[in-house]
Amino acid sequence: MRASLFGRRATSLVLFALVAVFILGPLLWLAAHAFATSWTYPSLLPEGLTFHWWSVVFSDPQLAASVKNSLYFSPLTVLVSAIVCLPAAYAFSRFEFPGRRVFLIGLFATNAFPKMGLFVSMASLFYGLHLMNTIAGIVIVQFIGTVVFMTWIPAAAFSSVPRALEEASRDAGAGAFQTFLRVTLPLALPGILVALLMSFLASFDEAQGTYLVGAPVFMTMPTEMYSLVLNYPKQVAAVFAILLSIPSVALLLVARKYILGGRLAEGFQIR
Amino acid sequence: MTLETSRHTLPVAPLGAASPSADHRAGLVVSGLTKSLGGRTIVDSFDLRLRPGELVTLLGPSGCGKTTTLRMIAGFLAPDSGTVTIDGRDVTNLGPEKRPSAMVFQNYALWPHLTVFKNVAFPLTVKRLPKAEVTTRVMNALETVGLTHHAQSRPAHISGGEQQRAALARAIVQEPGLLLLDEPLSNLDAQLRVRVREEIREIQQRLAITTVMVTHDQEEALAISDRVAVMNGGRVEQVDAPSAVYATPATSFVASFIGSMNVLTSAELDRVRHGRAEAAGPSETGGPFAAGEPLEAGEPLEAGEPFNAEGETWAVRPEHVVFRPAPGGPIEVRRILPHGHFTEVVLDAGGLELRAVVTGEAPREGDRGDVTLTRVQHYRDGLLTASGEAR
Repeated sequence: MRASLFGRRATSLVLFALVAVFILGPLLWLAAHAFATSWTYPSLLPEGLTFHWWSVVFSDPQLAASVKNSLYFSPLTVLVSAIVCLPAAYAFSRFEFPGRRVFLIGLFATNAFPKMGLFVSMASLFYGLHLMNTIAGIVIVQFIGTVVFMTWIPAAAFSSVPRALEEASRDAGAGAFQTFLRVTLPLALPGILVALLMSFLASFDEAQGTYLVGAPVFMTMPTEMYSLVLNYPKQVAAVFAILLSIPSVALLLVARKYILGGRLAEGFQIR
Repeated sequence: MTLETSRHTLPVAPLGAASPSADHRAGLVVSGLTKSLGGRTIVDSFDLRLRPGELVTLLGPSGCGKTTTLRMIAGFLAPDSGTVTIDGRDVTNLGPEKRPSAMVFQNYALWPHLTVFKNVAFPLTVKRLPKAEVTTRVMNALETVGLTHHAQSRPAHISGGEQQRAALARAIVQEPGLLLLDEPLSNLDAQLRVRVREEIREIQQRLAITTVMVTHDQEEALAISDRVAVMNGGRVEQVDAPSAVYATPATSFVASFIGSMNVLTSAELDRVRHGRAEAAGPSETGGPFAAGEPLEAGEPLEAGEPFNAEGETWAVRPEHVVFRPAPGGPIEVRRILPHGHFTEVVLDAGGLELRAVVTGEAPREGDRGDVTLTRVQHYRDGLLTASGEAR
């Protein structure tokens, strides 16, 4: 009995260590590089510590521009996506219309094919429509990646609002729109917040399509990573990677409050 | 010994058939309401007329169309045909938000993101009433249902009974022309149910709100209604005061649905009679079907009609089956079911099960005796033709 308990403990410790090594290891490696003067093969530890690479990143106007671009495109994409997809999500959840299931499954189609193939064919279309190197083109290409999140998660959230709650609102004298604003939307909000979060991260991290459509006029942080990896010292890429992760971490920290409060966890529930 | 028979007039003149505008005193007039869903007729020309301040219960087994009817009155479902008139105003083509009715939902349907106060205030804020008036009316409504101390609680943090009251407060705060209760007590435990139903009745009478309640619980229906509308298969079988529905069920369905009832075919009734006749000999006392005595043919039945006709049903309430112990009698006591203030006795009349109610000293299992049926209803093709009473 005691031995088996010890065995189980040992197993979970080993598993925990593995998880730590595989998840935290690369992050630590990245962090070490961001502050290392140089760190090459035979030496076990970085040869020295420096903030030099950070000043390289912050003084490079091109890199600063990409940060600005990222902070411009992602919120814009999320906004467009919410305006287009949330009404669709409501329709999917509340109305029975011909082809409803086909449409709903069809939203996955963009995720079912290799992204690069999709983007290449989109690019040829964009040339014809003069959307290459335009803000609209980038928003459209990033929007593609957010559609599934912005439709499926809110649709599930709307569906989980019992109809009786909407009927009670109608019975109490509220019209259809007021019922949506005052009952359905607040109750579906946790799910919608999750969708907004996922869409923001999807848009913020989108590199392939944005590169194809936007480069070299509009470079965002992820697309800038490509040239960084090729043209700059490894340490600059490490610094930039850390910068790139800041918005995601910040958003997750904000969301954590809700997760602990149960609001966000509620949002992930698909009933 | 006499047999009193009364010919029952059936069913009460078509309710709500009169033109709605002719009678402004009606709280609710529903006429000819019909609804089919998926090719099946759920509600079939439903008629009902409520006096202002009256509480009428729609009672019936699940699937009888009572909830569908209520939803059509509330405006959630459009009827295929028929009209709904509330306080003399035709609301048939209005949405639920435009009707002067307020509903208490089966699962209360309180909004979980709002406090009890805000739930109750909702119907008033929708109308953009001044804040002071909203507060006063909400607090009045909460006081009526005894929930002022939970005004700032969330629905999830109060008990089922309190949620029920909050839902009722949300309805009465609207000062509705018509209150609709959809199985309002079905989610409460038995003890609470009795208390809350009395509270609902008390509030309903005090505010004199015309009310339609839907329930499948006949005890609940009989206890608090002014009248009960018994529904079956989308049709109203009988609308009457609770006592009348119980005492003189208009159809054999109502007879078997309301309360406990011995339903016998003519042949079975004959067996009960003759069993006694053979054992006890000529009767000295006894009821309408006492020993050796022909059932006054021509009185409860139409003259010349054979007693053992097809399609004839006889209904006897257990309290009208009087068991008298007599050693060697034809009827045996099979089971004793004590209910506290009375005892239900299951009798075996030659293989036929008969239920009786004994209020005094109960017989023991295996005792033998005979029975007298003191009150009997007769149905032909499901409709009441006569009820016989012994004096």
